[in-house]
Amino acid sequence: MRSAVIVFPGSNCDRDMAEALRLVTGRAPAMVWHRESELPQGLDLVAIPGGFSYGDYLRSGAMAAQSPVMRAVRDAADRGTFVLGVCNGFQVLTESHLLPGALMRNAGLSFVCRDAPLTVENSQSAFTARYGAGEAISVPVAHHDGNYQADADTLDRLEGEGRVAFRYAADINGSARSIAGILNEAGNVLGMMPHPERAVEPAHGRTDGRRLFEGLLEAVLQPA
Amino acid sequence: MKTRVYVTLKNGVLDPQGKAIHHALEGLGFSGVNDVRAGKLIELDLDPGVGEAEVEDMCRKLLANTVIENFRIERAEPTA
Repeated sequence: MRSAVIVFPGSNCDRDMAEALRLVTGRAPAMVWHRESELPQGLDLVAIPGGFSYGDYLRSGAMAAQSPVMRAVRDAADRGTFVLGVCNGFQVLTESHLLPGALMRNAGLSFVCRDAPLTVENSQSAFTARYGAGEAISVPVAHHDGNYQADADTLDRLEGEGRVAFRYAADINGSARSIAGILNEAGNVLGMMPHPERAVEPAHGRTDGRRLFEGLLEAVLQPA
Repeated sequence: MKTRVYVTLKNGVLDPQGKAIHHALEGLGFSGVNDVRAGKLIELDLDPGVGEAEVEDMCRKLLANTVIENFRIERAEPTA
């Protein structure tokens, strides 16, 4: 599986993401700087990592969404390449309109950094195929702007189309309907606030994030 | 030409920062505050040829996130 990790000024989970991908797929991802206007050929997955791209100026993810590389990411997503945005990456995906809604300041105003119990809502996507529907997992979160909001019609549509991938088992940031991660309509783009790349090996303390990458690997090696 | 763009949260969108400011004001003894909403003021210095429609385009594409925010454009009085 060929993957790439996008690096913005202010990204700080890019190495963790690269290490998780190397560990699970057996192949180190290409690291792609935000000024690039093209992605490497033949990619199966583009990962947009966590961090504070452009210092979170204006709104988290707003400046990154305008960077040259995001046009290439949008084209890749349109062609069906898998795109995974974690934390700041999720914010970048909503600001780029690859996913609906917006991520606002946490309702409690505090930066939340801890393990977050999650429920897997949809186990049909390539990202979640290795989990059971309704399965309880725990994945770390570390964010200030993770409060997912969208209008009621959008939320209803996300729920109706099975596009809520993960939900917080208990409210941690005020997100509408406790949404922690959502899919695009085609199911090849996932944005989530929790960090699966921080839970892939025993030394991390938990490995619940690993199956997300394994599911993608499987989908790429044995397309349905 | 100076143009101001006011970006505010839409009605109905919970404003955690406004709420915190409200609490802080109450803590200071200001009891007559009914509600606080926090927003942004962005000042643009524009060439005279830049029209209202273009500023609106700037707002929609970058300055405001219209999923959660409204914007209002205020053009400075032309100086004689």
